[in-house]
Amino acid sequence: MNGTRRRRSYVAAAAAGASLALVLTACSSDDDGGGGGDDASSSTDCAAFEQYGDLEGKSISVYTSIVDPESVQQTDSYIPFEECTGATIEYEGSREFEAQLPVRLQAGNPPDIAYIPQPGFLASIVADYPDVVVAAPQAVIDNANEYYTEGWVNYGTVDGTLYATPLGANVKSFVWYSPAAFEENGYEIPTTWDDLLALTDTIAADFPDAKPWCAGIESGDATGWPATDWLEDVLLRTAGPEVYDQWVTHEIPFNDPQVLTALEAVGGILKNADYVNGGLGDVQSIATAPWNESANGIPDQTCFLHRAANFYQANWDEGLTVAEDGDVYAFYLPGESADDKPLLGGGEFVTAFADRPEVQAFQAYLSSPEWANAKAAATGQGWLSANSGLDPELLQSPIDKLSFDLLTDDSYTFRFDGSDQMPGAVGADAFWKQMTAWIAEDQSDAETLDNIEAAWPASS
Amino acid sequence: MTAASAPLPPASLVEPEEVDTTRKSTKMSRADARAAAVKGKLSSPWTSLIAILIAIVWTVPTFGLLITSFRPRSEIRTSGWWTLPWNFELTLENYQEALFGSSTSLATYFVNSIVITLPAVIIPIALALLAAYAFAWIDFKGRNILFVAVFALQVVPIQVTLIPLLSQYVDWGIAGSFWVIWLSHSIFALPLAIYILHNFMKDIPPSLVEAARMDGAGHVKIFFQVLMPLLTPAIASFAIFQFLWVWNDLLVALTFAGGTTDVAPLTVRLAELSGTRGSQWQLLSAGAFIALVVPLIVFLSLQRYFVRGLLAGSVKG
Repeated sequence: MNGTRRRRSYVAAAAAGASLALVLTACSSDDDGGGGGDDASSSTDCAAFEQYGDLEGKSISVYTSIVDPESVQQTDSYIPFEECTGATIEYEGSREFEAQLPVRLQAGNPPDIAYIPQPGFLASIVADYPDVVVAAPQAVIDNANEYYTEGWVNYGTVDGTLYATPLGANVKSFVWYSPAAFEENGYEIPTTWDDLLALTDTIAADFPDAKPWCAGIESGDATGWPATDWLEDVLLRTAGPEVYDQWVTHEIPFNDPQVLTALEAVGGILKNADYVNGGLGDVQSIATAPWNESANGIPDQTCFLHRAANFYQANWDEGLTVAEDGDVYAFYLPGESADDKPLLGGGEFVTAFADRPEVQAFQAYLSSPEWANAKAAATGQGWLSANSGLDPELLQSPIDKLSFDLLTDDSYTFRFDGSDQMPGAVGADAFWKQMTAWIAEDQSDAETLDNIEAAWPASS
Repeated sequence: MTAASAPLPPASLVEPEEVDTTRKSTKMSRADARAAAVKGKLSSPWTSLIAILIAIVWTVPTFGLLITSFRPRSEIRTSGWWTLPWNFELTLENYQEALFGSSTSLATYFVNSIVITLPAVIIPIALALLAAYAFAWIDFKGRNILFVAVFALQVVPIQVTLIPLLSQYVDWGIAGSFWVIWLSHSIFALPLAIYILHNFMKDIPPSLVEAARMDGAGHVKIFFQVLMPLLTPAIASFAIFQFLWVWNDLLVALTFAGGTTDVAPLTVRLAELSGTRGSQWQLLSAGAFIALVVPLIVFLSLQRYFVRGLLAGSVKG
C-alpha cells in the first residue's frame, strides 16, 4: 500500500515538474537500476502522513491574503503533503482578501480553508456565518494543544470553540538599528525603557543634523496601523498585559486614563521634534512617509532607531545584510525594567469552511510541526511560526531566529496585536484614522482616544 | 450621456474633437465658412497653445511613470524621475521581474484578459444592436415603457448586484469560470449599449428605411444592408468604450472569478504585483505600462470613431 502510494506520488511529482523530471531521467539513465533506492531517499519521508490516509484525486481550495512572491513559499510547503497523500491544493491569494471573503461566504461560495490574519475578523465571521464556518476537528485540537501555547490557542477560539489554528507568526516589539553605527559611537543596546530614552537623548545630542528616530505610517487605505502598534507596544509596557487585555476586549474604555498615559509616552517620542523624523522631515512627515520605506535613513545614518516588526526585513535594500554583525538588525523594544518583557505580535489563523476528510487532513497538516518545518525550509527569510515543534535551525534569517527565540522564551509575555482583535469599526478604521490625525493634525491625546472610544460599536 | 452611466474615459482621450470641427466647417454655407475662417484665424494660436499646454500637463505624470519604470529601485527611492539627466541609470529589471518574476508568467494573465475582453465586448454589442433595432424601427405594444425601463437600469450601481448575482452563479454551479465574467459584463453593459445604439439608429432618416421597405426588404435585410454600414462609427465607439471598461475592470473579475490563475485577468495580477506587504512596489510602474499597451493600441486604431460615434449617440435622442 505504502509502495503504491509512493510510486503514484512519484508520477505526480514527475507530471508537475515535467521538464525537471525529464532532465533528471536523462542524467540518471546510466544507473537506472538504482532508481528505486534513489526514490526512497530523495522524496519526503511519508511516515508522518500515514494518518491522513489516501487522498488521491481530492482537492482543497485555500484562500489567503498572501500573494506572490510570498505565496510561492506557501505552495512549496504543501508539496510534501501533496506528494504523500495525493491531494491537490488549489491556492488563491488576494490582497482584497478581507473584502472578498465575506462576499464569498454570503454568496455561498466559501473556500475550503482561509487564512484569517486577525482574531477580530475571525470572531465576526463566526458571529455572522455560524453555519458556514466549521469548528476544528479533533486532530487539529490535539495539535494545537500540543504545539502551541495557550495564548495562541485562545486567539483561534471563539466562545469556547476552537475554530482556527495559528499559521505564521510575527513579532512586532522590535527596534531596527545599524549595528555599525552603534559600534562606531559606542552605543549600547538599551535594556529598559529609560535606557532607550537616555540613548535617544544621547543620539540627539551627538548628531544635531540627524534625528534619533524615524517612523512612517502611510500604508494606502490602511494608513495609521504602524502607529496603533506603537500605542499597543507602549501600553503593554506602561500598564501591563492584564490592562492591555481589558482594553482590547473593551472591559475598560478605549480612553481609559492608563491608555492616555501610554499615548503620552508614545507622543514623547513620535511627537517630539527633537527625536523625529530622521531623514524624512518634521513630525507631520510621519503621516505621509510610507511605512515600508521610512527606515531607509538607518543605513545612511540620518536616523538611528525605527520601531517595526520582524517582517520589515523584506523592505531593506537588497545590498544590506540583516544580521547582528551586518548592516541592519533589530533589538527587543525594552520594557519598563529588564525583567518586564511583554511581546507584541501577530499571525494568521487557518479557518475551515468545509468538513470533508481531505480538508480536515490538510488543516491538521498545517497545525503540525511537519508543515512548520517544511515552510521554514521553503522560506528564505521573513517567516516563522509559534509552533513549538519548529526546528529553529531551519530558519535562515537571524532576525527570524531571534523572533522565534523570543516567542518560545517563557520570560516574555506574548500579546496579540490589539487592533487586530478589536471590532472592525475600531481596529481597522477609527483607530488607524485617529492615530493618523493625532500625528498629521496634531490632534490632542485625549481627543484622539475619545474619538476612538466613540467609534466602538454599541453591541460589543 | 447620463451621469449614472458607466465611467467615461479620461477627458484627455476626447481631445481630437478639434480636428473634427474644422473638417465639418467645409460643409457649411459660404458665409458661415468665412465667419468660421475669421474666427479660426483669431483664436487658433491661443487654442493651440492652450491645447498643447493641457496636453503637456496631462502627459507629464505618465511620462514620469514611464521613466520611473526603467529606474532601479534604489534610484526611485532616493531621487525623482526628473533627475534622470544627472544620474543616468536605466534598467530593464523591473520589466523582467514584472513579466517573469512571479510563479505564473504575466503572459497567462494577458491571455486571460483577452479571453475575457473579446466576448465581453462582442456579446453586449450583438444583443444591443438587435434590441436597439426593435426599439427604433419595430412598432410593438409597450415599446416606450420598455425602453424607459431599460434606460432606467443604468441607474442601478453594479455594486449592489454583486452578492445576489454571485449567489445565483453559485447555485448554477458556474462561479469561478469565464462564463460568469462574460455574462456579468454583458449584463452591466447592455442598458447603456441599447440606449446609445438606439439613439443612433433613430437618427438615421426614416425615408431610408421606408425606401428599403418599399423595395421589399425585410427586417433582416434592412438591418444588415441599410443600417449596419451607417452604424459603424457608433458600434466602434461603443466597442472602444466597453473594451477599455472590461480590460481595466478589477471588481467584476475579482468578485465573480476570483484570483485563480485559470481565469484571473491582468488587473488582478497588477493589484498584487507589489507583494503581500507591498515590498515590491518598484514593479508597479512597469506593470502599469505592460497592462497599458493593449488598450493604447485599441484606442489609437479606433479613436477616429470614438468622439463622432459617442456624440452622435448621446446628444441627439
